[in-house]
Amino acid sequence: MSLLNFWRTHAAEFTTLLGQHVLLVAASTLVAILAGVPLGILAARRPRIGAPIVWLANVVQTIPSLAMFGFLLPLPFVGGLGARVAIFVLILYALLPIVRTTTAGLRSIDQVLVEAGTAMGMTPGQLLRRVELPLALPSIVAGIRVAAVIGVGTATIAAAVGAGGLGEYIFRGLSMVDSTVILAGAVPSALLALTIDGLLTLVERALRDAGGKARRPRLAAAAGLIVIATAIAGGALAYGVRRGSDAIRIGSKNFTEQIILGELVAQTIEAHSSLRVERRLNLGGTFICDRAVRSGDIDAYVEYSGTAQTAIFHQPVTTNSRQVFEDVKRQYGAAGLTLLEPLGFENTFAMLIRGDDARTLGVTKLSEAARFSSSWRAGFGYEFLQRDDGYPGLARTYGLHFARPPTAMDLSLIYRALADRQVDFIAGDATSGLIDAYGFVMLEDDRHYFPPYDAAIVARSTVLLAHPELRAALAHLSGRISVADMRRMNRAVDADRRDPAEVAREFLKTAK
Amino acid sequence: MRGRDELRYSRAVNAQGQPSAIRFTDVHVTRGGIPVLRGFTLDIAAGDTLALVGRSGAGKSTILKLINRLLLPDAGDVSVESRSTRNWDPFALRRRAGYVMQEVGLFPHLSIAENIATVPRLLGWDDRRIASRVAELLELVGLNASGFADRRPDQLSGGQRQRVGVARALAADPPILLMDEPFGALDPVTRAEIHREFRHIQERVRKTVVLVTHDMAEAFALGTHVGVLADGALAIVGPPAVVARSDDARVRPLLEPLLEATTVLRPER
Repeated sequence: MSLLNFWRTHAAEFTTLLGQHVLLVAASTLVAILAGVPLGILAARRPRIGAPIVWLANVVQTIPSLAMFGFLLPLPFVGGLGARVAIFVLILYALLPIVRTTTAGLRSIDQVLVEAGTAMGMTPGQLLRRVELPLALPSIVAGIRVAAVIGVGTATIAAAVGAGGLGEYIFRGLSMVDSTVILAGAVPSALLALTIDGLLTLVERALRDAGGKARRPRLAAAAGLIVIATAIAGGALAYGVRRGSDAIRIGSKNFTEQIILGELVAQTIEAHSSLRVERRLNLGGTFICDRAVRSGDIDAYVEYSGTAQTAIFHQPVTTNSRQVFEDVKRQYGAAGLTLLEPLGFENTFAMLIRGDDARTLGVTKLSEAARFSSSWRAGFGYEFLQRDDGYPGLARTYGLHFARPPTAMDLSLIYRALADRQVDFIAGDATSGLIDAYGFVMLEDDRHYFPPYDAAIVARSTVLLAHPELRAALAHLSGRISVADMRRMNRAVDADRRDPAEVAREFLKTAK
Repeated sequence: MRGRDELRYSRAVNAQGQPSAIRFTDVHVTRGGIPVLRGFTLDIAAGDTLALVGRSGAGKSTILKLINRLLLPDAGDVSVESRSTRNWDPFALRRRAGYVMQEVGLFPHLSIAENIATVPRLLGWDDRRIASRVAELLELVGLNASGFADRRPDQLSGGQRQRVGVARALAADPPILLMDEPFGALDPVTRAEIHREFRHIQERVRKTVVLVTHDMAEAFALGTHVGVLADGALAIVGPPAVVARSDDARVRPLLEPLLEATTVLRPER
């Protein structure tokens, strides 16, 4: 079975991602318990303070997790990239169930018992520790169970901000349109959720009917703590395999070509230096990668000169490729980043239509497309719809008016949508292997709307200075990759469903 | 007139040279705008069992709560062991006053032994001392120590739970025992049995007991003194025999059921 095979060939990576996933959930659940139980106690004691807390936790729960990651990325302290922001988001989601069940558990306690405890001379603290919390414990554990199960699901989204975890396979699979890779992340994530659910249900049940022996609740509570502690220790161990301050962290955006490029960069460093490499591929869009390299969450990734000029530095579009490159390099330099020599190929936006449409209508250029655009439906990636060098300018330059506002869709689905006739006009990548595979026609940018998009490595200047051998290793890639090379590699992954790491390895071997 | 009855009782006790354990002086309590106690004055001698009888809402529970400082009087003063409850540390005071209530209130998550050990644990007794005290108390209330110590409250009958409640209240050997309708929920046979046992226990431990009940029969069965509470003050207080002969209009209605029962049992008289 291809799924088992995938796990076999990716055993080390899989273990790491699973460990990260468990660690993300365990760490965030633990913090949520430490914060949520006191908040729940406060809410039960002082309803006037408690009601707003529960209301706020409710509101947080309704924010879609991807949007929440987006909100928090730019914030200081919690923002930035990776596990920090992911754990913060997971804590927010875990709080509500824990606060609620703590409050409900405390409120459901028979007041006679509270009166009995008070009349026997318990202080409020003793009453809480000896009577109220033990009685509310089954309810609290139920909340923890719900929080942890939600956490396992939400943690898959955390891969979008580079926190790792099993979501990395899901996002990678989506961008490669490969359901095996999606399942490689989704199946263990579901199993993990079921396992946690099962274990905590056992703890909860043991607490609820500690039949006979009164010592049992304590045993069960201890067992629950051991489960969480083991999860954290195990997760940390697996996580630690990949973390380490001396490793060079290579990032990438979230589409096939970028993942292959990330592998090429990583493998080149491994082959030509003794440096350890940490792969943080498939991070997200341009904005996320830029923020990551500036904040030091990653040390290098591959950017395109035109993208940097327009989307990152907000400069007007120009068409001289050398001038754009030097311009961008200078501005990166001011930000403490170094733009290395171009890799050799350009990946411009490709405006694509189906081959049969192109032949029937006799369209080859964008200037000719305006006539037909009113009967077409368009599909664009989220970034293309927003960017300065994206859709708004394109429509102005060529006078495009589509049948209805363009559909925003994920890059991984866009080629498929064109082939399936859900849309008639898409913005893809010029180097995409799917262009040939589906027989699409790329319309010529005859009014030179798009700036040049030369691919080049952006690296943190301090890291290059600290590791001279890194710059030497990366020099092996300059001018090495042609458009044809890139399309072939993209096709091998997208159409032939091959592993990006393997495709990169082959290229580096044969192109020697 | 009423005031003189009260004073007579307190003087009589003091004349025997016993110190008064609990003293209410002109206590007023208003709860939710409604006056519950209006000038309540009473002396309770150490070692006495005072049974206070009154209808529901007469303020019986309020009197108990004033003794262990779950409430403070709006006016007047309550003193325990010659110290005003205002000056007592409330937690220390409550640990010196065992509390038994109708619902018992055993902690369901703890064993019988741990329930009984509650106050000794609060006082920081060591495990050995607690274990021997628990065994002693279980025997005292007529439960087999080895058979009951490890059970949980929900495995006990109502009568057994009530016995454990008494044992828990006596655990740290407090000088005072407060009982709020302690045996009201039991069936008559069990109740009579536990009344007998209680008298037996009280002979051995000689606590100052304040017991409130709506049942005159229970008050007569347990109290060395009986007080009747009406309109926020004492209608009468004294030995059972004195109260039984009272023709006070506030006392008679409480005695009627007893007289009826007597008529049924001995029709020829």
